[in-house]
Amino acid sequence: MEQIYFDDVEEGSEVPTLRKDPTPQQLVKYAGASGDFYQIHYDVNFAKNNGLPDIILHGALKNAFLGQLMTDYVGHEGTLKKLSCQYRAMDIPGTPVFAKGTVVKKYVENSENVVECEIWLENEAGEKTTPGYAVVSLPNKS
Amino acid sequence: MSESESVITQEMRDAIGVESNPVVYNIEKGAIIRFAQAIGDNNAIFNREDEARKTRYNGLVAPPTFLRSIAHVETPEPKISVSSPYPANVDGGSEWEYFEPIHAGDTITATTYLSDVNERKGGRFGNMLIMVRETKYVNQFGNVAALQRTTGISYQPPE
Repeated sequence: MEQIYFDDVEEGSEVPTLRKDPTPQQLVKYAGASGDFYQIHYDVNFAKNNGLPDIILHGALKNAFLGQLMTDYVGHEGTLKKLSCQYRAMDIPGTPVFAKGTVVKKYVENSENVVECEIWLENEAGEKTTPGYAVVSLPNKS
Repeated sequence: MSESESVITQEMRDAIGVESNPVVYNIEKGAIIRFAQAIGDNNAIFNREDEARKTRYNGLVAPPTFLRSIAHVETPEPKISVSSPYPANVDGGSEWEYFEPIHAGDTITATTYLSDVNERKGGRFGNMLIMVRETKYVNQFGNVAALQRTTGISYQPPE
């Protein structure tokens, strides 16, 4: 895994985009691994009876995608300090989602190199379904 | 029910901040790997012990949202249990703060409590009740490893 350093980052820098292709099968795998068996994530009839257009991604799975965006970004030497997101719109399996981010702030605090990022999940139409925020610390180059 | 009638009860208000009994979890390596595979994250530190040992983590660690899955095995039981009158639920959002890595083999003690209750009439899903719950995860060294705030939205599906 390539390491990013505090020196490499500027306000406005992009976090490399992470593409995910969730399928109904992944939703079932996530249900099993997480223990969240709410039927709106794998039972189409149940989802429709609850006023949803189709089965939808677990919010927690979208949270996990944003977690991966940031742990990929900071590499093994960087640290994720905070991660948050809001579920503004539903995402449906069978279409890709794109986890993206932009650096909004960098500063040194208590001798820690802190970088704050706006992050989000975007659907194919470019709509931000899941906006969020992340705070990380990154190592110095030397 | 009239549009102005509140579904927030005194019981809900009383439950805010009251910590549950602790629940103790053993962090299993297999559960971490299974979780990483389910979310499709191939990072060595979440999947491959031998490679993870060569990093500063010196072994397998949990992906950022893994703790959410262990709380499904046995959920800390709130001291004061509150439930929404609305039948359907969606996950409204999540906030994590991390203080220490979670390693395979760790023993994590979790407590949970209601931290906020709000309602919204005629929202995205109709009438909504919004409850924020906070869970505190403490490791075997007595250090808070992570805090999780989860927003649960319950709603009345349209007729």
